[in-house]
Amino acid sequence: MSQQNKNEWPLWEVFIRSKAGLDHKHAGSLHAADAQMAIENARDVYTRRMEGVSIWVVESKHIRASDPGEAASLYEPATDKIYRHPTFYDLPDEVKYM
Amino acid sequence: MTVHSFQEHFDSLIDREIAIEPKDWMPDNYRKTLIRQISQHAHSEIIGMLPEGNWITRAPSLRRKAVLLAKVQDEAGHGLYLYSAAETLGISRDEMYDQLHTGKAKYSSIFNYPTLTWADIGAIGWLVDGAAIMNQVPLCRTSYGPYARAMVRVCKEESFHQRQGFEIMLTLSKGTEVQRKMAQDAFNRWWWPSLMMFGPPDAESPHTEQSVRWRIKRFTNDELRQKFVDVTTEQAKVLGLDMPDPEIKWNEERGHYDFGKINWDEFWNVVKGNGPCNKQRLEARNKAWNEGQWVRDAAMAYAAKKKNKAAEAA
Amino acid sequence: MSLIYTLRLADDALILGHRISEWTGHGPILEQDIAITNTALDHLGRARSLYQYAAELFNQLPDAQKTSAFTSVAINALVAAGTPVDEDDLAYLRDSGDFRNLLLTEQPNGDWACTIARSFYYDAFHYFYFSALQHSSNAALAAIAAKSLKETTYHLRWSSEWVIRLGDGTEESHSRMQQAIDNMWMYTGEMLTMSAAEQEALAAGYGVDIAQIAPLWQNRVKEILDEATLSLPSGTWMQQGGKDGIHSENMGFILAEMQFLQRAYPGMEW
Repeated sequence: MSQQNKNEWPLWEVFIRSKAGLDHKHAGSLHAADAQMAIENARDVYTRRMEGVSIWVVESKHIRASDPGEAASLYEPATDKIYRHPTFYDLPDEVKYM
Repeated sequence: MTVHSFQEHFDSLIDREIAIEPKDWMPDNYRKTLIRQISQHAHSEIIGMLPEGNWITRAPSLRRKAVLLAKVQDEAGHGLYLYSAAETLGISRDEMYDQLHTGKAKYSSIFNYPTLTWADIGAIGWLVDGAAIMNQVPLCRTSYGPYARAMVRVCKEESFHQRQGFEIMLTLSKGTEVQRKMAQDAFNRWWWPSLMMFGPPDAESPHTEQSVRWRIKRFTNDELRQKFVDVTTEQAKVLGLDMPDPEIKWNEERGHYDFGKINWDEFWNVVKGNGPCNKQRLEARNKAWNEGQWVRDAAMAYAAKKKNKAAEAA
Repeated sequence: MSLIYTLRLADDALILGHRISEWTGHGPILEQDIAITNTALDHLGRARSLYQYAAELFNQLPDAQKTSAFTSVAINALVAAGTPVDEDDLAYLRDSGDFRNLLLTEQPNGDWACTIARSFYYDAFHYFYFSALQHSSNAALAAIAAKSLKETTYHLRWSSEWVIRLGDGTEESHSRMQQAIDNMWMYTGEMLTMSAAEQEALAAGYGVDIAQIAPLWQNRVKEILDEATLSLPSGTWMQQGGKDGIHSENMGFILAEMQFLQRAYPGMEW
């Protein structure tokens, strides 16, 4: 790798809350020298069309991701637990808004 | 799992149109092809800022100036989204830049043509962005998740680009005689290079079959090119401009417009570096990058100092 | 009259925006290319609002005052034909001597440090300036100032952070930043000196008292330069003239480039 790669600004992941009351959602990534600059760069790169009201940034190297090879053991056990979902339960029609 | 079963699993995801994500196993060649395709696409956005950027300081009205600035800035954004998508495949942006700056990487040849008059800004928006959209919309459903997501964002933002170009062409073609001539001249110069944007004919396009199978390409070069000719020929009528190709003719049997022979000799020469502006484009990028080195270094040095101070204080 | 006062603010925004827009596509890194273009768009947007308002003011003037307002032959031709002017006429058809922007705004971009220094001096002043102008008795100017203040608050944050980052970064960035801060210094005095139009505006109740802003600006500049480990320039000789239409050589080239299409093909729609 060339000399300049060692000095490349680190990569950050950007999460944006599109309006009050909603979760922050992954918007993309960018490079910045520090966290403050990452927030400002995110404002300039990812909210040019009024896409957000709040920004989170985290340096990409701090993200821990699950292993897709373990998807079967991690997620499939949940597929037979339909009782976790509200539609599993039969309620009389008179009971509304539950 | 053995490599064999990894491959089977991968193939079945592709067949079921399920997105491949960065941590999924993927064949080396898939990774390499994607890196090449996505980085070329990103480079095209970045180099593409230059011919249009030329006219920011000369735009003929404040409204046009604002639109052009926003558009060229969008292209920087698109380059950034695409570089980010490529970075998930294990290559750094600096490495991709290095390939661009040393001439190892390719980018869309169209940006090696010069923008000579204001009408060129209209023609680029109308034709070049029009062709780009045709290439890009199918990629919103491409098999690699980060690439598809980047393309969704790009396409959403791109929608105003073609319209503003068409609007410029319409204003010129309805303007004075000298403006109409300006529009026609730009159309004449950008037409053929726009057709070349779809790449060599299918018969000579080595990657097409594999790429279609991997869904990193969803239509062939010739299919998209024909679609572009059909749509654009109709739009030219609205503008009242003459088609730059005397052989354009509706073919009832095919249900498409026939068109003249593309000068592939010119195409390959421009690809190889012999276009009118290849040198200037690369020089401009190298200059910006090299002159920015001390700025980027300073930001890193300052960030490190601040971190140390915070650590000492703790 | 408020026309000249409004035009001065518009010219500042247009010319500085023009300079900054020259960076688009040539920035030191993609993220900052995008950031600085946002700033150019803010300046350009402000210029448009102000020119639109200035055009309204101009079109209401009696003809005799219209023809004496500018030296521009092209504007006077419009007046003679009874055609009202619009934002583009004011930007594209006036001559260098009709522009009243600060000399600071027309200085070339130079390196990144030079661009940052120019923006920093300008932003630090205009943060306080728009804070005051948003209370102007002129509702149009007050509204534009209130919007500009939001933008300028961000611009100032951005340019201040870069002054600090470069000042306290590497040896090279420190010396480049100090050089830029020193080079731009002699163009700051003009900001702090009131022109006749500005004094008239203050007296009439729609202007801003620059005498009150000057110390705020000086404090802010000193504070940021301190943090950046840079020294405050000590020169006292300042360049003047922009506010009265006497510019540097840069101005002719800026206008030749910016106005060329409108001048070469007069009276056309684009």
